[in-house]
Amino acid sequence: MNHWIIAPVVLPALLAPIIGYVMRHDIQLARTASVAGNLFFVGIAVGLAMLASTSADPFVYRLGDWPAPFGIVLVLDRLSALMVLLTSVLALIVLIHAIATGWDRRGRHFHALFQFQLMGISGAFLTGDIFNLFVFFEILLIASYGLMIHGGGRERMQAGLQYVVINLAGSTLFLFALGTLYASTGTLNMADLAERLTQVPVEEAGLVRVAAMLLMIVFAVKAAVFPVQFWLPGTYANAPAPVAALFAIMTKVGAYAILRVHTLIFGPGVPATHGIAEDWLFPAAIVTIAIGALGVLGTRRLMPLIAFSVIGSMGTLMLAIAAFTPQATTAALYYLIHSTFAAAALFLIGDLVLARRANERLTAQPAITENGLFAALFFGAAIAMAGMPPLSGFLGKLLVLDALRVPGEMPWAWSAILAGSLVTIVGFARAGSTLFWKSTSIIPHPSADPSVDEAVPPPPDHPRAIALAPSMTAIGLLAALAIFAGPVTNYVGQTSAQLFDRDAYVNAVLHSPLNEEPNTKIIKSHDDEGHGDEADAAEEHGEATHDEGGH
Amino acid sequence: MEILVASAIGVLTAGGTYLILRLRAFPVILGLALLSYAVNVFLFASGRLATNMPPILDKSGADVSYTDPLPQALVLTAIVISFGMTAVLVMVSLGAYLERESDEINIPHPDDDLSDDTATEDGK
Repeated sequence: MNHWIIAPVVLPALLAPIIGYVMRHDIQLARTASVAGNLFFVGIAVGLAMLASTSADPFVYRLGDWPAPFGIVLVLDRLSALMVLLTSVLALIVLIHAIATGWDRRGRHFHALFQFQLMGISGAFLTGDIFNLFVFFEILLIASYGLMIHGGGRERMQAGLQYVVINLAGSTLFLFALGTLYASTGTLNMADLAERLTQVPVEEAGLVRVAAMLLMIVFAVKAAVFPVQFWLPGTYANAPAPVAALFAIMTKVGAYAILRVHTLIFGPGVPATHGIAEDWLFPAAIVTIAIGALGVLGTRRLMPLIAFSVIGSMGTLMLAIAAFTPQATTAALYYLIHSTFAAAALFLIGDLVLARRANERLTAQPAITENGLFAALFFGAAIAMAGMPPLSGFLGKLLVLDALRVPGEMPWAWSAILAGSLVTIVGFARAGSTLFWKSTSIIPHPSADPSVDEAVPPPPDHPRAIALAPSMTAIGLLAALAIFAGPVTNYVGQTSAQLFDRDAYVNAVLHSPLNEEPNTKIIKSHDDEGHGDEADAAEEHGEATHDEGGH
Repeated sequence: MEILVASAIGVLTAGGTYLILRLRAFPVILGLALLSYAVNVFLFASGRLATNMPPILDKSGADVSYTDPLPQALVLTAIVISFGMTAVLVMVSLGAYLERESDEINIPHPDDDLSDDTATEDGK
């Protein structure tokens, strides 16, 4: 067992309380510790990604050395390693932006909450137990509640309340789904679930299908897929900008969970739940793209505009995921990496721009300092998000389009993506020209009646290099993603091939030779009885369901 | 007993959903609490309902009638989490209430206040 697998969870978990309790009075100390911890986290994530690519089989970490399915396991495969790496790099960018712009000083415990957030996210990516996934979801959510209302203020508290309520309702639904799943299969280990569900006959699969749909709704809430996308614009637009940039990975947690659960557990080849996810996710993703594009066109404020473009990109991502084929998943993973950094770059640049404007309305106002520089940055991030060459958004959308050339899906998917991109481009172009070009023709006149604009523009502030570095890095990463598209596609291609190799995952978790170590022999002998009992229970229940169906 | 437990879950869920749809902070908190009670009972029932049975096998393993201990552990986790979440929710809604002097969950439409300004600017 490689103990580094648990490091992405343990490191932030240890660091967060230390920052929260010991360093709470010294912001510089907290900043140093947070950045140092995050750098270490990036190092671990790189190491894990390299480790994961050395073997075709996933690496299993058994907590407390209990053999699966009795103990909880963490599973490191290419997908989870990729997601952890993505999280760590994004977190570093966001953290430096938050420090450079002073966001972390506008409320208390920013750094502690930030680390707890990282703990929850990396745990959710690594866990191989579905109840443990729920627990990590709650950890990342409770940290995100704190980050969401960081700095306070009327609108933010109100939006934070909405965010908390919708996610608490989502958590309840998650538990209902898990209860249903446990009642019908008698296990919560993902590999064990995958193995048992292949044996459930179609006519007795009613409860399993209900659980599959409930889980999809729960993850769709996180991923902001229609019809449960409505919370996202209010939340992201009112969250502190660095937090909104970090939340770019939170929607991806939902996408990851759908991808993982609906390939591994309810995946292709499971007769009981065949086609259940595709049938619903595909039309929902198309509507999501439409909502995102219309929102970008319709909104008259900067942050909601970016938030709606995030919804649109989640729609495109979900469209690729909904195909559930290795090729489409490859495209989805490439687009996932791209859209995470694109969304983060937009939020960070939006923050820099808004800090120099009187308000966030998309109206012509006196030009900000360094207008040209910010215009160029906004332009770069916007073309990446909208999917124009030369940045990675274009390649991402091209891969998605290419993967969806299936006769039944192609007309819908292509027209949705292409029309959505066009409308998004129009929306961004209009916003950008209002923000940066029309502004240059307005000369600020200090004698103007101050009551016209209740908020006075902040004093001219030349951005420090450190404040610009994070958003430039994010755009640079998008460019790198486009330049190194070959190797990246290769890597995500192997990732999706591994993802669709369900037997390898199940064998690594349940039937690995490590499970047969001498000191686990005793447990193994009980293992068989346990299996028998649970199987009996499942059978009993299967009959019960069948009877109900008969009535 | 099955009917009692099932209808209890049903009533709690229905009440919780109704209260959440009221869209005011206090009913929503109560509604989410009711929903979490419902889901706790539901999880408990997912291990089959059994009375007077130990949650472990006996020493010889001959008597296989036992109640499933795992859902009890799950419920315990769920109770702790939902308790903590309710506390957070109360604090956040209190903060929102003090900031805004209103306990409505809905935000007034953010673009409402724009129309006046646009009119003024067009008029200039």
